Amino acid sequence: MASEHIQPAETFSPIFGRLTLDWIPIHEPILIGTFAGVALGGLLVFALMTYFRLWVPFWKNWVTTVDHKKIGIMYMVLAFIMMVRGFADALMMRGQQAMAAGGSEGWLPPHHYDQVFTAHGVIMIFFVAMAFITGFMNYVMPLQIGARDVAFPFLNNFSLWMTVAGALLVNISLFVGEFARVGWLAFPPLSGANYSTGPGMDYYLWALQIAGVGTTLSGINMIATIVKMRAPGMKLMDMPIFTWTALITNVLIVAAFPVLTATLAMLTLDRYMDFRFFTNDYGGNAMMYVNLIWIWGHPEVYILIIPCFGIISEIVSTFSRKPIFGYRTMVWATGCIMVLSFVVWLHHFFTMGSGANVNAFFGITTMIIAVPTGVKIFNWLFTMYKGRVRLEVPMLWTIGFLVTFTIGGMTGVMLAVPPVDFQLHNTLFLIAHFHNVIIGGVVFAVFAASPTGGPSVRLQA
Amino acid sequence: MYRTRNLLLAAAGAFALSGCQYDVLSPAGWVGDQQRDLLIISVLLMLIVILPVLFMSVYFPLKYRADREDTSDYDPEFEHSNKLEAVVWGVPILIIVALGYYTYVYTHRLDPYRPLDHLEAGAPVEIQAVSLDWKWLFIYPEQGIASVNELVVPAGRPINFSLSSSTVMNTLSIPALGGMVYSMAGMETKLHLIADEEGVYPGRSAHYSGPGFAGMVFDTTATSDEEFDAWVEGIRAEAGPLNRETYLALEEPSMNVPVSHYGSVEDGLFGRIVEMCVEDGKVCMGHMMMVDHNGGGGLEGVGNAAAYSYDRARTIDGFGNRIELPPMESHGGGHGSDHEALNGTEAPNALAYVLAMDPNALCSPFGTQTEKETNGI
Repeated sequence: MASEHIQPAETFSPIFGRLTLDWIPIHEPILIGTFAGVALGGLLVFALMTYFRLWVPFWKNWVTTVDHKKIGIMYMVLAFIMMVRGFADALMMRGQQAMAAGGSEGWLPPHHYDQVFTAHGVIMIFFVAMAFITGFMNYVMPLQIGARDVAFPFLNNFSLWMTVAGALLVNISLFVGEFARVGWLAFPPLSGANYSTGPGMDYYLWALQIAGVGTTLSGINMIATIVKMRAPGMKLMDMPIFTWTALITNVLIVAAFPVLTATLAMLTLDRYMDFRFFTNDYGGNAMMYVNLIWIWGHPEVYILIIPCFGIISEIVSTFSRKPIFGYRTMVWATGCIMVLSFVVWLHHFFTMGSGANVNAFFGITTMIIAVPTGVKIFNWLFTMYKGRVRLEVPMLWTIGFLVTFTIGGMTGVMLAVPPVDFQLHNTLFLIAHFHNVIIGGVVFAVFAASPTGGPSVRLQA
Repeated sequence: MYRTRNLLLAAAGAFALSGCQYDVLSPAGWVGDQQRDLLIISVLLMLIVILPVLFMSVYFPLKYRADREDTSDYDPEFEHSNKLEAVVWGVPILIIVALGYYTYVYTHRLDPYRPLDHLEAGAPVEIQAVSLDWKWLFIYPEQGIASVNELVVPAGRPINFSLSSSTVMNTLSIPALGGMVYSMAGMETKLHLIADEEGVYPGRSAHYSGPGFAGMVFDTTATSDEEFDAWVEGIRAEAGPLNRETYLALEEPSMNVPVSHYGSVEDGLFGRIVEMCVEDGKVCMGHMMMVDHNGGGGLEGVGNAAAYSYDRARTIDGFGNRIELPPMESHGGGHGSDHEALNGTEAPNALAYVLAMDPNALCSPFGTQTEKETNGI
């Protein structure tokens, strides 16, 4: 026996899968305390909404709305709530790391800690960063192209609630059952039926599957909007730069997210129907999952950052009182990134024993992405050059973005060199790299845009 | 003044408290040295463009701020310049060309699969490293010994690692010697390292692998040839054997495992680990592939599923305890019998087909089928 704890017996019902009443964690004081807090807060909100008779307006004006601005705002509210959750996870992890030094066990057992870091990654990518950028695109893009709404307004509402459903599932797993203990991308065989027993991994699969389909639908919706609903006379090259980045991001979403859906579906079949796609035995191939998930996963990080490039372009231009420097270059650079983002995925697993030629190819393609990205940074700098820069809050975030993201970009190219990656793979250096680009990139850009209510609102004011 | 000093003190304190190891920047082996060199080359090359960008990111918004005294240089028309475009595309491209050249050369030079013969550093040591739940098993096939969570190598001689795993993915990472490579079940990966100096270097699994992951750490001791031989002799004299039975006992999930040794190793054990057929009654992967190549076992083969099953018997719960799954009648294919080791003689149908192709296909407690026949059992 490796540990004295006992997990409820592995059962399998057609409706609840591996989840049984035994899975409710009544023995975990941390979770009971959290649940009490959440329940009290929920009751308070419920009481206040009832007292002020807000339920009917909430249902009519928000839940069932097809207004792209309201949907955008709801995406951002979701992102903010989930950011609080993800940040709490981060604090728990850091607390554990500080307390578990020097032979001490810390305050979280492995079973809990492993769920916390998985939830942190999943929440921050899927329900914070994705929700923020989808919210901004929803709110701003139709205004920028002069459309009344998106092409399929009801589908837009449906996409939002799909994403919310995924987020809810992740949060329900906190109090009913458990969450996955596999890391944010759930590599098999660890995430398979035999090495991840219990309902946690199933929560992961359903949450991401539902949210992922919602994102795909939203991507189709926005491409249709940009292609078909621009104001009369607005050619593609007349579009504001944020709309360009929204178009390119949504093309990436529509191209990449079906891969995620298919990959998760295959892992679901492995876990539920005893298929053998990614098992060790019966000829399964776990490395195929790693390939597939990164074929989605690498474009995904560009899906997150490209709209933020658009946001920064608008802010730099607005607050420097100058048009963006090199508009065409910006568009072409973004297009280059879109194409290149699909030929670099193997750099996430240089260490899995590919040959030197394969590693060198993917290392060099990864470095090439640094060129258009660098061009964008130069163009922002030359937009400020000879401008009249107002150093207000959005601009301060933008300067923070430029410095942090540039450092993140440099560490990214270091990691793209295969022999260097052999040493740095999976280390804190890698963690620091992607926090540099995602916090310094996505979060700073979102914070830069938020106080102004989005770049285009500022432009119109 | 005080503020600066406090800041410096805080920085020094953080540095001292960080508990960092600087193995990546001051490695103790040729591979690590080369990787460190490449890391520094890549940083220096990039600083050519990074430093000006960082400077301009702060300088431009300050210099051109709206409330500056003289705004006569405000030029809202300045939105395009072919010269600048050439520079902002050209310089990064040149840097990437240079970095790409280094990447190509070093990636081939430091391919983990490439033996280190060119160093002319003496006879290499073969080590078969297996990541188990949750400890490392190092088999020394030439010396005929094995150790758990302890790696001893002769300094100055290349080490040829063959890596595999019993269940989930791990990586073998010894930063002082050089980079890591994954170990995966049913696969054999390679890693070539060398320790140039004697010393003790930390090693660990660097890919999260489940509840006992934190304990998958080991010390790598690089010693002189004589001390290495003495270490081997000491283990041979004292420790018990590593055969299929003791391997299966060792493979049971366990956490924070202390160092232990085996004084002899059964022939071909690593091969069986890679092919997932250490257990009695299991068909090795190579044979399964042969059957598949010859058209597969067909529907009759379904009844023999247990002979190919591997993961199910290794099912663990969230705390790292091995558990038994309930039988899954609904999915057909004889999973209920997975736990019963098949005897060679009971195997009908597709398995008979495998055995006809190669009588050694099935493991049994009494050796291979051929031996049984010749012994008249």
